[in-house]
Amino acid sequence: MSGTTQFTPTRRALLTGAGALAGVTLAAGVTLISTGATGATGATGATGAAKAVTGPATSKNRWGLLIDSNKCDAGCEECVIACRTEQGWQGHGRPETDPQWIRKVNLKDKQTGATHSLPVMCQHCENPPCVDVCPTGASMQRADGIVLVDKHICIGCRYCMMACPYKARSFVHEDVTGQKQYMPRGKGTVESCTLCVHRVDVGGIPACVEACTEKARHNAMMFGDLNDPDSDISKELSKRVTTRLRADLGLAPGVLYQGL
Amino acid sequence: MKQIIFSQIEGKSTAYISWLGWLAAFAAAGLGAMWYMEHNGHWVTGMTNQIVWGLPHVFAVFLIVAASGALNVASISSVFGRPLYKPLARLSALLALALLAGGLMVLVLDLGRPDRLIIAMTEYNFKSIFAWNIYLYSGFFGVVGVYLWMMMEQRMNRYTRLAGLAAFIWRLALTTGTGSIFGFLVARQAYDAAIMAPMFIIMSFSFGLAAFILVLMVISNGTGRPLGDAVMGKLRNLLGVFVAGVLYFVTVQHLGALYAPEHAGIEDFILLSGGIYTALFWIGQILVGGLLPLALLYHPVTARDRSMTALAAAMILVGGFIQVYVIIIGGQAFPLLIFPGYEVTSSFFDGQVNAYTPSLAEIVLGLGGVAVTLLIVSVAVKVLPFLATSLADEDIDPDYVAPPEPEEAQEEPETA
Repeated sequence: MSGTTQFTPTRRALLTGAGALAGVTLAAGVTLISTGATGATGATGATGAAKAVTGPATSKNRWGLLIDSNKCDAGCEECVIACRTEQGWQGHGRPETDPQWIRKVNLKDKQTGATHSLPVMCQHCENPPCVDVCPTGASMQRADGIVLVDKHICIGCRYCMMACPYKARSFVHEDVTGQKQYMPRGKGTVESCTLCVHRVDVGGIPACVEACTEKARHNAMMFGDLNDPDSDISKELSKRVTTRLRADLGLAPGVLYQGL
Repeated sequence: MKQIIFSQIEGKSTAYISWLGWLAAFAAAGLGAMWYMEHNGHWVTGMTNQIVWGLPHVFAVFLIVAASGALNVASISSVFGRPLYKPLARLSALLALALLAGGLMVLVLDLGRPDRLIIAMTEYNFKSIFAWNIYLYSGFFGVVGVYLWMMMEQRMNRYTRLAGLAAFIWRLALTTGTGSIFGFLVARQAYDAAIMAPMFIIMSFSFGLAAFILVLMVISNGTGRPLGDAVMGKLRNLLGVFVAGVLYFVTVQHLGALYAPEHAGIEDFILLSGGIYTALFWIGQILVGGLLPLALLYHPVTARDRSMTALAAAMILVGGFIQVYVIIIGGQAFPLLIFPGYEVTSSFFDGQVNAYTPSLAEIVLGLGGVAVTLLIVSVAVKVLPFLATSLADEDIDPDYVAPPEPEEAQEEPETA
């Protein structure tokens, strides 16, 4: 299973071909395969218990989110609080360097004055630039579209943060405490929303979606399988006009917004 | 033209020893700064989740860009067959290696996990331009090392041209790789431009030659070795052409960006409304790093004055450093355009110009890299014969014509 090769083979083949042209031929191919395998092992390893339940991630699924900004309340932060509690990324009171895996963004249309509020997190792109630029393959994509960082081989170069159009990633600027067993973190590495992979792999939904639905009762977030035409999210998406952030970049995010 | 003789410097003077001492102290301080940053975590630096690459990257990119450019003098000798540059070729290759070593030191020591360098050497993602660069940088040491060996070992001299050609091609690829680190960043309005790669190449020509001229002048002055007008004149003219080339590329870069409304925000920020970045761009990069050096290098009054050439070279380095600062820091200070047409606010500084003040640790780490570069050059010229004993016109200039001897001297044989 090589999570990095599941999507849009044409563009990836083009980039890999460019690498080969640059003089990196045999070694490139061999290492690429081994890197993909390492990434995949890291992903399933992080959720070892899940493997026994659902098996490895496959491209049969494409996990995604639908966020309705019309239902999202500007003053509500339940999704952020839930994520922080679930994943254990409490800050140190230093907003510039504290991590934020998910944030609430408030928007005001410059021409009409209309306002929106919505959460922004890793958009789990089909063509993730963070994965393309990562020198070690630590930034990787599972077969089911979830984009993760393998904390064991991240060297902390932050190139993925430079490459992400959504500012979705954070660098761990200081010692971490209160880590969760299912979510290893480390000073000097990069991290971001995992789409609660530890929950998804055992049939659950992300903590942010759960909080929005059950705690805030706003129902502004929906999680599901974009590949399954019978899933609730697919049915909703087929009925509504939705927006992908920076759609012009052609990254095909797995997070879609309604009401923008 | 006489046979060129290379020799080591004596390196016994108090000035030389204390110079080495200062450099070693700065290098050690750089390591101390690294320890401080890594021990506490990067929150003690000026870098944040908004400005993710800070002053260490400015130092690193500047030194790495200058490294490939410093090799140009050797390339002109070996690849383009100009004999006047041959006595300079060894120092040129040495300086290139030293600049790259200093730059890489800063780059690696600013990683979040520098202890995982071995992972960067063993786990590769070949879609990453960074991974390509790991090969390009380490390969540069190998290729230029062999090139130096061909130049310095008499029996291998016949391969010098071939090795020089390989090194020349490699250095072009290397700087393409460095420029592409930014050129390939489609997400950020400040980058995402194919012109980054060729612009970095011309920047390397300029910064590298300026560094080379300064090092050459300091060593010649310090050791009392003659430095003729012929070689200085050629280097000065070449430097002027490169500086003008940088200005040209910067003009095209900004004109191209200005044409697309998508880039209007970042262009307005850098060129007009960006406060410190606008000032750095116009005063630091364009005036100090471009227009003033051009005037000094070409104005009839200052062109003949070597101290003015040295001043111009120093200004080019300062302006070049500022240019890299504006590209790296200025490019990140401008907020990412995630929601075009909207006013954006959030707890994560969306829609805001990001503040950055470099910390002392970052400055010391960067200077440590510069110190390592100078330390390598200073020690190497004492250990191995990198320098020609004379760069006087009559010794190295193939077009040298001896000035007519005075009248009485011509009559001497008749009277004898």
